[in-house]
Amino acid sequence: MTAGETVRSRIWSEEAEADNPFQARVCRCAGYDVYGEVIRKAGWSEYLYLLFRGERPAPHRARALERLAIALANPGPRDLSVRAAMNAGVGGSTGASALMAALAVGAGVSGGAHEVFLAAEVFARCGADARGWAETLARPPRHWHEDFWPAVEHPPGFEPYADDCAVPVRQTLDAVVEVMPGGLAQALRDGRAGLEAAAGAPLAMTGAAAAVLVDLGFSPEQAEMLFLLLRLPGAAVHALEQRHYGWRKYPFFRDGLVLTDDPGPVATPAGAGPEAAT
Amino acid sequence: MKPRWQPLAEAAGRWETDLGAWFAGERVVFRGRDLLHDLAPLPWMELLLYGITGRRFTPEQVKLFEQMWVLSVSYPDPRLWNNRVAALGGSARTTAALAAAAATAVTEARIYGGQANYGAIAFIRRALQAEDPEVLVMEELRVRRHVPGYGRPIVAVDERIPPLLTCARELGLADGPHVHLAFEVERVLKRRRMKMNITGLAAALAADQGLMPSEYQAYVSFAFGAGILPCYVDAAVHPEQAFFPFRCESIDYEGPPPRAW
Repeated sequence: MTAGETVRSRIWSEEAEADNPFQARVCRCAGYDVYGEVIRKAGWSEYLYLLFRGERPAPHRARALERLAIALANPGPRDLSVRAAMNAGVGGSTGASALMAALAVGAGVSGGAHEVFLAAEVFARCGADARGWAETLARPPRHWHEDFWPAVEHPPGFEPYADDCAVPVRQTLDAVVEVMPGGLAQALRDGRAGLEAAAGAPLAMTGAAAAVLVDLGFSPEQAEMLFLLLRLPGAAVHALEQRHYGWRKYPFFRDGLVLTDDPGPVATPAGAGPEAAT
Repeated sequence: MKPRWQPLAEAAGRWETDLGAWFAGERVVFRGRDLLHDLAPLPWMELLLYGITGRRFTPEQVKLFEQMWVLSVSYPDPRLWNNRVAALGGSARTTAALAAAAATAVTEARIYGGQANYGAIAFIRRALQAEDPEVLVMEELRVRRHVPGYGRPIVAVDERIPPLLTCARELGLADGPHVHLAFEVERVLKRRRMKMNITGLAAALAADQGLMPSEYQAYVSFAFGAGILPCYVDAAVHPEQAFFPFRCESIDYEGPPPRAW
């Protein structure tokens, strides 16, 4: 690096070994000694919270984050992001490509992390107030339809293909409210019917996750990142599982593709077929 | 009343499309044409554009689209942010595809690349429809504090504009309405010392060839490849992990002081 140029950080500091400026002896996260102290005293969700927020979470917040992390860890093999990862696994692609595929596909505005971002923006502004949501949905922000992201096709945080809120979504909210009562998550749980009426659709896991993450103090950008991050375990294990099963046991939709403008086989001139070539 | 999940039930196991299909061991249909016969002579750029848009382009247009990549974004400088990802990949001894994919994804950036390109073509198309483009320019400045396709980080002058404009002129494609308007907007912005950048010119040229913003976004997504991959290859033959390494003291820490958990 050019002498004098540095990386600025409020998150991380290092003390070098006396005899090697490129090897850290002590690493601190927001002032806490990670390998000397945090590793023994903190749980994973506490450390995750510290990394994102720069402060230790109160115990009930750490428990709420942990419960959300469990809820998000595996969306299951029908989820589009996990399916992307399985396609890497089944073809024998690299491990990184499986997770990159899950991240890319799971990033979108339909069931993905950018939907969480958009929903978190509304939760941060309107809370669980049904009138605020209704006004936002009636006059959506410009970036919902004029952006390099594809246009929003359903209210962010709500389910386009269900008539009722899924049991796992309600169970997730219940489990979070149990350890973190009195906040936005509880307001959403208790006022869900009003919001669903405003949205014209049932609450989705993206909406529940957005509300809980906003409740925990995360910004919409942080909520987007955490949603991407926390769903990776499922993508990883399903990719590995399909790698083991192999492509013969994986759907190819052999008869599923219906081509509407098939020109048909090209007539091969006599003597120009494969037989002639061999 | 049908349940809301009815569209999924109807789509299960069935994908109707006019895009194409592989007939195993026999042939490939590509947007209604036989890839291995009808489309076999096409240059890759023409096939790419046909695949994205479903439309055919003249040889001059195809050449322009290819030269836009060559002249605009094929810089083999590993300090540039997306290229740097590829160089880091080479330095960390990851694979070429992983480095290229990551760098390509990173290219969809706000201050350059994908987001900037999308903004530029959306703006110039909107400006052509506007009654008074100057009013639109002022509105963009008021709302976004910049006009997509104008101004440039690090340096004000864009060295890529003269060669791309020369190329477009030689191909007879430099006189479209979007290109004329792009220079008109530059004259409006001169007071603010904002000059057109390559993003603005390329977007205007593409708009004049009929590309919609979403089509342009797809076309530019692979544009940086000729700069990205050499950065990976070059870093991969340097010593491992040695790409601009940081000393511990290179982290300029601004957070809380040391404290106990």
